[in-house]
Amino acid sequence: MTLRRDFLKAGGALVIGFRLRDDLLGQEKAAPARGTMAGPPDAKQVDTWLAIHSDNTATVYIGFAELGQGNSTALLQVAAEELDFDMSQLQTVRLDTNVTPNQGGTYSSASIQRGGPQVRTAAAEARQALLQLASKKLDAPVNSLSVSKGVVAVVGEASRSVTYGELVGDQPFHLAFTGSAPVKTPAEYKIVATAVPRNDMPDKVSGKYVYMQHVRVPGMLHGRVVRPRGQGAYGAGAKVLALDESSIRNISGARVLRKGDFIGVVAESEWDAIRAARQLKITWDSTPSLSGSDGLYEAMRAAKTDDRIVLQRGNAADAIGAAPHKVAYSCRSPYQAHAPFGPNCALADVGPDSALVMCSTQDVYATRSTLAGILGLAVAKVRVQYYEGSGTYGHSCYDDVAQAAALLSQLAGKPVRLQFMRWDEHGWDNYGPSHLGEVRAAAGADGKIVGYEYEGWQHHWSNVETSEQLALGKPAAEWQPNPAMQVNPLCCGGMYDIPNLRLVNHHVPGLGYLKCAWLRSPLDLSFSFTSEQAIDQLAFLLKLDPYEFRQRNIKDARWLGVLDAAAKAANWAPRTAASNLAKANTVANIVGGRGIGMGTHLASYGAAVAEIEVNRETGKVVAKHLYGAVDAGLVVNPGNVESQISGQLVQTASRMFHEEVTFTRTNVTSLDWASYPILRFEECPQVTPVVVQRLNERSTGAGEEVMAAAAGAIANAFFDATGVRMNEFPFTPKRVLAALKRG
Amino acid sequence: MASGLKIKVNEREWSVSASPDTPLLYVLSNELMLQGPRFGCGLAQCGSCSVLVNGVETRSCVTPVSAVVGKSVTTLEGLPAWYAVQKKLAETPALHPMQQAVIDEQALQCGYCYNGMIVKASEFLSKTPRPTEAQIRTAMNGHLCRCGTYPRIIQAVQRAARAMSEVKA
Ligand code: FES
Ligand code: FES
Repeated sequence: MTLRRDFLKAGGALVIGFRLRDDLLGQEKAAPARGTMAGPPDAKQVDTWLAIHSDNTATVYIGFAELGQGNSTALLQVAAEELDFDMSQLQTVRLDTNVTPNQGGTYSSASIQRGGPQVRTAAAEARQALLQLASKKLDAPVNSLSVSKGVVAVVGEASRSVTYGELVGDQPFHLAFTGSAPVKTPAEYKIVATAVPRNDMPDKVSGKYVYMQHVRVPGMLHGRVVRPRGQGAYGAGAKVLALDESSIRNISGARVLRKGDFIGVVAESEWDAIRAARQLKITWDSTPSLSGSDGLYEAMRAAKTDDRIVLQRGNAADAIGAAPHKVAYSCRSPYQAHAPFGPNCALADVGPDSALVMCSTQDVYATRSTLAGILGLAVAKVRVQYYEGSGTYGHSCYDDVAQAAALLSQLAGKPVRLQFMRWDEHGWDNYGPSHLGEVRAAAGADGKIVGYEYEGWQHHWSNVETSEQLALGKPAAEWQPNPAMQVNPLCCGGMYDIPNLRLVNHHVPGLGYLKCAWLRSPLDLSFSFTSEQAIDQLAFLLKLDPYEFRQRNIKDARWLGVLDAAAKAANWAPRTAASNLAKANTVANIVGGRGIGMGTHLASYGAAVAEIEVNRETGKVVAKHLYGAVDAGLVVNPGNVESQISGQLVQTASRMFHEEVTFTRTNVTSLDWASYPILRFEECPQVTPVVVQRLNERSTGAGEEVMAAAAGAIANAFFDATGVRMNEFPFTPKRVLAALKRG
Repeated sequence: MASGLKIKVNEREWSVSASPDTPLLYVLSNELMLQGPRFGCGLAQCGSCSVLVNGVETRSCVTPVSAVVGKSVTTLEGLPAWYAVQKKLAETPALHPMQQAVIDEQALQCGYCYNGMIVKASEFLSKTPRPTEAQIRTAMNGHLCRCGTYPRIIQAVQRAARAMSEVKA
């Protein structure tokens, strides 16, 4: 551990951005900059998580990326609470394979769910050890001591005190977890469950914050990749038929680098690299490899699939057959792009026997092992550091850009900073998968749902990045199934008390389609869009208010809790759906509607209400107000979670009304904000976030847990406004007009 | 290879080595090492690279550096001083009121788009001290936020407008 601490002291400048160059230049005097350590540090040692400094502050080592969701603030709150430190006394360090523990990647909005307990236990262990030291030093029994702001004092004798910093200042604890240190109970919380302001905002508004895109090192070159504009099918790669290096001869200093079909350019000036990438003449093989967006769903439905039953109880088919009220829907949803606002960027310094790669990965350890393979280095010789980029919302091109930067650096023999262009990021994304859903459901005359079936067609996540595929010819592969890429019970009927239920997943092999990966609340919008319309339609057939119908069919108190919270926030007044059609404002041809929906990602609870307006003449749909309620157990920072809910509601409106990746038979044609529009200010709904706080329940995800519900609510609001059900999103004017015409 | 161009950024003269056709953004990022303006699209579509040129919000990703010679460029970093001059304040505040309002509203998420948001809102508020919500939406419509923080940006602009109306020179 001492080694690591020494490194941190030497490399303390690492957190101050531009000083980074000193470290790289002065590798001998400072800590080794490229990979030399095996990492991760031992998770069972308290020192891995925490260091107390002599100035009575502490550093908490957190293995999760700050993705702009405020999770680093929230995890520090957990540590401050257990240690009785003030928030201002705590800091964290950047994620680094040589420094921070391996907590398994920042996925599924689970930083607090998985990291909270780890940080809490480590902090409690440390506090217990500190109190024992204080007890000796102050010659007073532990149970006579109290702590405030890191100062331990004998109760009633404030003058007999010592600070944590004085007790251990800068020394390691050398303490393994005992598992016996008591943690605080919710009743004792002073910092947890409060809206502590985020610690990254002051630097972010002033321009001092160092994003990945800002990192520079001396002697580096600027790189750009050169690929066809827009990917073809996953696995088809991009084949170079001819490359004319002389086409950039007029840009002095620009160089073409090539490994297999992986092509890049480097130059000392960024503008030269951009110009060279634009100007370089390459003839690509343009053999069609795709179905084209128009033939997509037919191809998916006809594909030879790998089928599995996700959940089954009773006999859904028989129950549906025998019931008096039934519905059947088939819905479609498109590929959607992560499209981070700032395209991904990475900086790599690859030497003959070690490498340092700075990038915005969600998992420094996973990225490191892939990079090691690509570079032909031992894992321990590769060091990966995390720098925040712009919000990624899943697996955007952060690994691809890191691999590409590493390859370019290896080929150039110099550090290379690679910034993807907008069309690289949009056109070579791992898209959120398209989906085809079929649902059948039925209810009895008593208003109880008796049977429910859902079948979903979709791909798994792609496992091979574009750079490694192009450079090394690595064959495309997909992830093994996991719950995040299959029909999700928490969107598909699982919240209701249904005796006969059957969920079937049809895995459509991804080869020949677009490259896919998780996009915030993966597939859930599609599931709830399909499923919640069926539930809503049952209520309609039964002439019941859709909120009341759902209440009748839910037993679980936490699902009921979010449903009630969303309805209450929206002042929901009971009436059946589409019962206001006659009152439509026929002059302007704008009709309003409201809808309710449920669903969540993996472990929390979400419900939403939408109020929208549909222009029957132009086909334009606008969300006026969205309400979202989330129960994520113990919410460490309700302010952050409110902010997350608001963002999710706005992003859902964007995805339901605007977002769709289009492609021809040869390539993706959504390449920028004009060809892939997203929601803008003028159409932004009002939002009302509701946090259902459950102090005694374990924390679960909150960064993507209400989008599914909001998607369902928006679809149901459309029906309420028009009496017509949409079977495909986004609700573009063309699609809306066609649906209204169909009736 | 200095092009010898001289530009004025945040009230300071700089001589530039980039060629005259280089977009201003790359000069600000790579020569002046400023972190406010940042690459988002390079196509004038998103507002990530916005700066003020003579007080007018301008997309630095498509503006050749030669086009700002003889003009005054203000970046996110220079907004507090720009504001102090406008308001004839004796001292430059640490933050422009719009920057402070973003913190007070806890508005940003990843914050990457906030260079453009703050620059645009500052320009807008300098011309429209008492904006309606509809005016704010129209003015800001050319700036995108992937994190969906638009509602809180609107609130932050309103808060900044209130704060600015209370400031006396
Ligand atoms: S980067 Fe200039 S407008 Fe997008
Ligand atoms: S806050 Fe992330 S793009 Fe706007």
